[in-house]
Amino acid sequence: MALLEIKNLHASVAGKEILSGIDLTVNTGEVHAIMGPNGSGKSTLAQVLAGRDLYQVTDGQVLYDGKDLLNMPPEERAQEGIFIAFQYPVEIPGVSNMYFLKAALNTIRKRRGLEELDAMDFLTLVKEKLALVEMDPAFLNRPVNAGFSGGEKKRNEIFQMAVLEPRLAILDETDSGLDIDALKIVANGVNQFRTRDRAMIVVTHYQRLLNYIVPDQVHVLANGRIVKSGGKDLALELDQSGYAGLEEAVTA
Amino acid sequence: MTGIEPIRQDAARRVAELGFPTTRDEDWRFTNVSRIARTHFSAAPSDLSAWGEGQLEQRLVPYEGSPRLVFINGCYSPELSSLKLARGIRATSLREANGAVEAHLARYAVYQDRAFVALNTANFEDGACIEIPKGTVVEEPIHLVFLASGGDVPVISHPRNLVVIGPHSQATVVESYIGHGANYFTNAVTEIVAGDHSVVDHYKLQEEDERSFHVATLQVQLGRETNFSTHSISLGGGLVRNDINAVLAEGTEATVNGLYLPSGSQHVDNHTVIDHARPHGASHELYKGILSGASAAVFNGKIVVRPGAQKTDAKQTNKNLVLSENATINTKPELQIHADDVRCTHGATIGQLDEEAIFYLQSRGIGKEQARDLLTYAFARDIIDRIKVEPLRARLGKIVLERLHANRN
Repeated sequence: MALLEIKNLHASVAGKEILSGIDLTVNTGEVHAIMGPNGSGKSTLAQVLAGRDLYQVTDGQVLYDGKDLLNMPPEERAQEGIFIAFQYPVEIPGVSNMYFLKAALNTIRKRRGLEELDAMDFLTLVKEKLALVEMDPAFLNRPVNAGFSGGEKKRNEIFQMAVLEPRLAILDETDSGLDIDALKIVANGVNQFRTRDRAMIVVTHYQRLLNYIVPDQVHVLANGRIVKSGGKDLALELDQSGYAGLEEAVTA
Repeated sequence: MTGIEPIRQDAARRVAELGFPTTRDEDWRFTNVSRIARTHFSAAPSDLSAWGEGQLEQRLVPYEGSPRLVFINGCYSPELSSLKLARGIRATSLREANGAVEAHLARYAVYQDRAFVALNTANFEDGACIEIPKGTVVEEPIHLVFLASGGDVPVISHPRNLVVIGPHSQATVVESYIGHGANYFTNAVTEIVAGDHSVVDHYKLQEEDERSFHVATLQVQLGRETNFSTHSISLGGGLVRNDINAVLAEGTEATVNGLYLPSGSQHVDNHTVIDHARPHGASHELYKGILSGASAAVFNGKIVVRPGAQKTDAKQTNKNLVLSENATINTKPELQIHADDVRCTHGATIGQLDEEAIFYLQSRGIGKEQARDLLTYAFARDIIDRIKVEPLRARLGKIVLERLHANRN
């Protein structure tokens, strides 16, 4: 079943077109990797799907579970089951992880017609999820991302994903800046999340992460378009030959 | 209180000579008190008629069970007060203290060049008198509650408080100003004298009616190696001016924090003077403001380092969150440093909510309005969390959340 259908998506920032006609269908149970050089539009795609208003969609359509995604405010997208693990998670001093995540989870649960979790049930749940990403429970009382190292921020994103249990997760360069141990922890968290009724888009510059999160399909983004798609071997190929040839192929 | 009669008469003369300050006075540049100057105030009645059934009880809930002195429009109310303190601790009204503390009363808050202090000194009826003897630890906070009310005729009250903490003693004093009705003016002065090696925590929670005037001076005289903190929370009042003047001795550590949340057409002015008179003193000052509507706020933080006050460590920060385009903030640090081996830093910020943070919260399912509230509350929490008196902290947290909600609607 198609969970996400992107059709001819064009988007620009400050009048400059970044995405120039993306077509992509992601079915439940699938993991898609989107690779490409810096400036190819990978992160813009993730931000547009999240609903960041810095980007203007100038053409095209995005259907999520058959619904028009682009008309939904960001919070509604999250409530409907979309989660973005950001490349640069924002620091929020004064708001504890615990408070933030409980507010988020209960909003989402309400939307799904589930009862809100009380403090005790919530604590049980988060402790279980914390173990998944090997984080210290003391971290719950710390302000969201404030004073976190790069690796802690990335792990926090995956932890949030594990708690919020989205249907579609988009990981935006979650591997960047992670050492190999942290990378394995993150990949393990992600792999546990894979089920038949969920889907995932992994945006990455390097093939490295895909050794641990094995994709069903790999797409290469260049100059705002998908220029090549293939199976998991495409990632290995790119790792050896680089993006240069592909970019030339498009501009020629 | 006959011993201080000459002082009161002198203060009355100064009132006549000084008149009310105008915006031409540097200390009052951004706060126009002509509305006070134009109004003819009568002495406020000392009864509770302005308070409706149950209204008062509800406002006094946070002070249940603690020793408290309650004043109605500046006059002591034994009925509403509750004093269960260990022997040797004085907690009475000034009138009942009957001159016992005259050596201290009106000796610290300088009135010669301060019209409102002079006005209070000349006219006060009563106030709280707290005296903690040497080497005494008072664990419970002592609450001083000032109820004010207004009506058709403009009225004024002048609460006057004296807190004397003996050497090596410890105490917590909370001043609460609670108002109801229009057309009244609270003009308060509190003097705190902290003996050497004492630990004193002071709080002021100002919840006057938004149609009132509130002017208050806190004068703090700190001994050697004392540890003093004050938190000044301004919630109510139409036109509000708070002055805090703290004089530090050798090795004194002073924390001077504040939070102000003006909305609508409220005007809140905080002036602080931290006087490092002797060496090795440290002061930490953090004032935070959240402005909405067409409100205005002023922060003026003066730090004086006297000649010879070497090794002074002074830090001052003022942060403002401006939620509306019509709100105004004037913030000014004023450093007068007359010693060379010191560390003095200051910083002021004025900003809006972080759009990136709002989006981040939204991306996790939290609605935009709730995200804004969460971030605004987080800004205030920085001060709220520093309040050590639990019922006060809880009450303030609740009020701030209610405020955010009200601002939104």
